[in-house]
Amino acid sequence: MDQRVLLLVGTKKGVFILDEDGAAGDAWRVRGPLCEGWPINVVCHDPATGRLYAGGGSPWFGAAVWRSDDLGETWTHSSAGLNYGADEPPLRSIWQITPAHGALYAGVEPAGLFRSTDGGVTWTHVAGLRDHPTQPGWQPGNGGLICHTVLAHPNDPERMWVGISSVGCFATEDGGATWEARNRGVRADYMPEKYPETGQCVHKMTLASGMPDRLYQQNHCGTYRSDDAGKSWVCLDEGLPSTFGFPMVAHPRDAETVFSVPLNGAELGRFVPDARMAVWTTRDAGRTWRDLRDGLPQEDAYLGVLRDAMAVDTLDPFGVYLGTNTGQVFASRDEGEHWTRIADLLPPIYSVETAVVSA
Amino acid sequence: MATVVLPRSLVALFPGSERRVSVDGSTVREVIDALDARWPGMRDRLCIPGPVLREYINVFVDAHPADLATPVPPGGTVHVLPAVAGGSRPG
Repeated sequence: MDQRVLLLVGTKKGVFILDEDGAAGDAWRVRGPLCEGWPINVVCHDPATGRLYAGGGSPWFGAAVWRSDDLGETWTHSSAGLNYGADEPPLRSIWQITPAHGALYAGVEPAGLFRSTDGGVTWTHVAGLRDHPTQPGWQPGNGGLICHTVLAHPNDPERMWVGISSVGCFATEDGGATWEARNRGVRADYMPEKYPETGQCVHKMTLASGMPDRLYQQNHCGTYRSDDAGKSWVCLDEGLPSTFGFPMVAHPRDAETVFSVPLNGAELGRFVPDARMAVWTTRDAGRTWRDLRDGLPQEDAYLGVLRDAMAVDTLDPFGVYLGTNTGQVFASRDEGEHWTRIADLLPPIYSVETAVVSA
Repeated sequence: MATVVLPRSLVALFPGSERRVSVDGSTVREVIDALDARWPGMRDRLCIPGPVLREYINVFVDAHPADLATPVPPGGTVHVLPAVAGGSRPG
């Protein structure tokens, strides 16, 4: 069956969908702004239902999960159940939406996790995460106290991981009832104790394809891999131009390959190093790294790529896509070797995800 | 019966809603309850749990600043206005 790729782009000013259907050459059709121009941190496609979900928060109207049953033509929204109760702070925004095992999970700000079993119409707090004994001491990162990563084990619905800034990685093996901090080996350079139980500023984690006990992590303080489901991490910084960046994206089929976008540093503007843009990849689980630059701007590129703003599709060869915090979208249809700018002048881009649909 | 004037940015979120509507309610809270009954979910857009009006939602009854407990007289006009300050987040 012929397939086409949709790029789902969350921005400071709503959702945009880039559609290669009807494209002439390398041109992509841009639809948007959708979701009434709300700041949208994440957009995803649930292949099981065909629905799109978008998560964000309006400064006026609060946090909501948006849903589209027609690939973005029309949207509804809901916040039913998305709160911690009357005596707790209100939710500011939704940062992650993860479909898994027939349910939908939302990572939110202030950091916590919610579950929906009716396609995002109503939500229930997964209270076990905020019951963790370290919760009273959780500190926000620069983006807020946010649960920005929610990873579901591909086969076992009882097992999940979340990433919270700047708190770290947590895992559950009982469907969310209890959680364990899993940050051993991850540095917190800005803390008096460099290897605390929690307090690490995880920026993004991803599961290795086909090897669910292997995770990769881009952190405020380094790049890491775990081969034991997050219980311990090894540093992969050697060969990378910096220890700071946001995205971490896995190859759709190879557990040894991931992609990242190192930036020059937390206090140096958070630009690509030397204002020359590159995606970095390893094909050997982080032992060696290589920069991919062909088609990406190589001078005066004072930009960055935020934590959810890079994605792959599932084609063979697969595509890699990224959006910048200055509003450009770049695409590679050959696994990162060559890049083309396919959109420009969008609002600052918070997230990029793919949907492979029937042509 | 009160007249409620809603902002464009709120009406856009609820298909079928209108900028100017008539609802029953003797307080702002009851007016918002009536709006939510007509367009489920509208309370969540205006209030946080408590309920309390959201930080950047301003309500006026007959042109006077109001909160949820403010009485709404028969024939009164309730304006719901997003604050100008809401476009940026502090910090």
